[in-house]
Amino acid sequence: MIELSGLTKKYGNFTAVDRIDLKVPRGELFGFLGPNGAGKTTTLRMIAGILKPTAGSVRIAGIDLAADPIAAKAQLGFIPDRPFIYEKLTGTEFLRFVAGLFGQAGPDVEHRARELMALFDLEEWRDELVESYSHGMRQKLIISSAFVHRPAVIVVDEPHVGLDPKSIKILRDLFKEYTRRGHTIMMSTHTLEAAESLCDRIAIIHAGRIAACGTMDELQAGAAEGRGLEEIFLRLTGQRAARDLMDVLDA
Amino acid sequence: MIRSREPQPKEAGFEALPDAPLLHILTPKWLTARARAMTGERGRGARLALLAVVGVLFWSFVFTVLYRLLLYFKGVQEIGPLLAGKLLGLILVSFFSILLLSNVITALSSFFLAKDLDLLVSAPVDWLRVYLAKLLETVLASSWMVALMAVPMFAAYGIAYHGGWSFAVLAIAVFIPFLVLPSAIGSALTLLLVNIFPARRTRDILSVIAVVTAAGIVLLFRLVRPERLARPEGFRSLVEFVSVLRTPTSPLLPSEWAQRSIMQALTGTHDWLALYLLWTTAAAAVTFGALLHRRLYLSGFSKAQESAQRSVSSGRLTDIGQRLLAPLGVLRRELVTKELRVFFRDTTQWSQLILLAVLVVVYVFNIKFLPLRGEGITFFLVNVIPFLNLVLAGFVLASIAARFIFPGVSLEGRTLWLLRSSPMQVRDLLWAKFWVGTTPLLVLALGIVGVTDYLLQVSAFMFLVSVLSITLLTFAVAGMALGFGALFPQYETENAAQIPTSFGGLLFMMASITVIGAVVILEAKPVYGYLSAAAFGTHADPTEMILGFTAATMLCIAATILPIRAALRRLEVVER
Repeated sequence: MIELSGLTKKYGNFTAVDRIDLKVPRGELFGFLGPNGAGKTTTLRMIAGILKPTAGSVRIAGIDLAADPIAAKAQLGFIPDRPFIYEKLTGTEFLRFVAGLFGQAGPDVEHRARELMALFDLEEWRDELVESYSHGMRQKLIISSAFVHRPAVIVVDEPHVGLDPKSIKILRDLFKEYTRRGHTIMMSTHTLEAAESLCDRIAIIHAGRIAACGTMDELQAGAAEGRGLEEIFLRLTGQRAARDLMDVLDA
Repeated sequence: MIRSREPQPKEAGFEALPDAPLLHILTPKWLTARARAMTGERGRGARLALLAVVGVLFWSFVFTVLYRLLLYFKGVQEIGPLLAGKLLGLILVSFFSILLLSNVITALSSFFLAKDLDLLVSAPVDWLRVYLAKLLETVLASSWMVALMAVPMFAAYGIAYHGGWSFAVLAIAVFIPFLVLPSAIGSALTLLLVNIFPARRTRDILSVIAVVTAAGIVLLFRLVRPERLARPEGFRSLVEFVSVLRTPTSPLLPSEWAQRSIMQALTGTHDWLALYLLWTTAAAAVTFGALLHRRLYLSGFSKAQESAQRSVSSGRLTDIGQRLLAPLGVLRRELVTKELRVFFRDTTQWSQLILLAVLVVVYVFNIKFLPLRGEGITFFLVNVIPFLNLVLAGFVLASIAARFIFPGVSLEGRTLWLLRSSPMQVRDLLWAKFWVGTTPLLVLALGIVGVTDYLLQVSAFMFLVSVLSITLLTFAVAGMALGFGALFPQYETENAAQIPTSFGGLLFMMASITVIGAVVILEAKPVYGYLSAAAFGTHADPTEMILGFTAATMLCIAATILPIRAALRRLEVVER
């Protein structure tokens, strides 16, 4: 459902994403891990059609994003890491607006919007302006907006930021059920435990390149040392597990 | 590895921190401006060059018009310098009222809503430094446009009256307190309003600010009594007319002190008292503002942080609107509905409508009282004034478009991720923004021109020319507002009201004035030909008419389409 070929993004001389090749099949929940600044968000924003790749291509449901962006985006739902939305719309109006962007309206949309808001405990806030929502509530509204038009593919950047434990549990169940029904989700996260328990396959990106990709079993088999995702992650991304904290605090 | 080592806290505790100097508090602003200037964005050089060319052209235009007018005044015995002084007084009183409005609105943002305030208020920074830093920020943000306009104006006065370099120094010395004063007053007014009104009722605060300031502008305008000067025959004698010219318009207004300082210096006798009054009043206003700030700022700032929860119920009006917009299809209907909702729920946007209404009323009121009957009023004058009325109406439209259509694309900045990741064409977004902005603008334009033409009792020909021209100009102005807004976006701005005062906004205004001027010039000859034929029974040249009106129409169509196309291309490649 998602196919990246030689995907590259450069900002001047800096290469944020460097020739990534990746295929995410239908019905898969794919995890995208990497340290800060590794190129996760840039990759996801290229898949969502917000950033234009310097080289390479993105295909969504077999449609080339550059050749036919409208058809490709029609298959997509995007959840960004920063919840910026129209402050002067109510929650319901925002969901209705997003569905309208995908050419959907009517009782089905109203019903889905109501159900999604109820799922995330936003029912009481449905007619309140977004400007009165907390950070977590905005995040939940944006997550709802990605589901309201029932896209084939959902691309989600750091979904857990700002969510309370109950919402995180609901979100995980929702993701699992959505992919079980044949939809595809590509998710970047820093929560390694979530990636380990949720994702069918995981890619670890470092310095713009994919350092490893596979199921948990495949990643563990490929790792020379360490069995947990955290050890694999730290080893592949060259992070030192702990610095000499005393030196840091005394500095 | 963590070494086990006993922690050794510093017994002396924290050293007393020296207060951060004012310049340090302003550093982020300066660094941001520098970083913005250094950005190697594509096409930046070309844009700056264009900006420089249009800026120089605009400056030259203002300078030339004013310089010629002043030379003409100089040729008039006795009352020449008085007329020049009155004109300067009028300009300065307009500047002062614009500055007051601008400062009140800017202060709300810089003192209460800016994102750096959490950091500043929570840091151990002295209250006076916060006040001075924010006051300076307010002065710069709200006055730079007026300061730029003042350069060719003072240059014209200085050169026409041979002021020399010493005049330039004096003009700067006059203008600095002239800018600081409305800023201190505006900031104090905002501080009081934020404290008086219940928490976070910015809607009420802003509408009160707009109404009060609009009323202030009308009051100042009436204080100057400009219509009396335009009709010397209304005075019993020349002596009375001259005595009116000699009387200070309003001796307590700072604009009057600035005018006196400048005109007296140019005519050879310095009025140091006026300059002294300017500086001391500005200093007193800053001191008073600082005292008020110390007493009221924290409570006001705290109130401004409180929640803005507000319910909105979808009423019958929404249902009717949805049904009316149904033929547009789901996407365009939702885009139009969103535009309308966001506009009418954003106080910084709709509150300006109040101001607009007041200005339109003043405009129509002044047309009604134009002295167009009586001695020396020819058939030409009666018909030429409605034609010039087009320029003024066009200027009003451009100001409105700058406020309401120009910020459209900038306001999408933070939500572009949604629009860009959805299967929506940029064309649809621009379509919605164009028509949501243009339709009310057109109704207003036709209303203004229709009513003023009726009041002026123009001929059927002039009525037709005005109505068609203003329709074409409305489309051109709206197209340019949308186009320039997309080419010079302010995605990161915190206050929608500040967007029109950006460089892009200035460019848009200058481009609009140029197009309006060009259309009037192109139509001038055929209109003159027609009026001559009507007055003297001669034959109007049809070729001249066809050429003039066709060229004006083509210009308006180009000014509508080309900027929108440029906006489309720009938005299709924008990456946010």
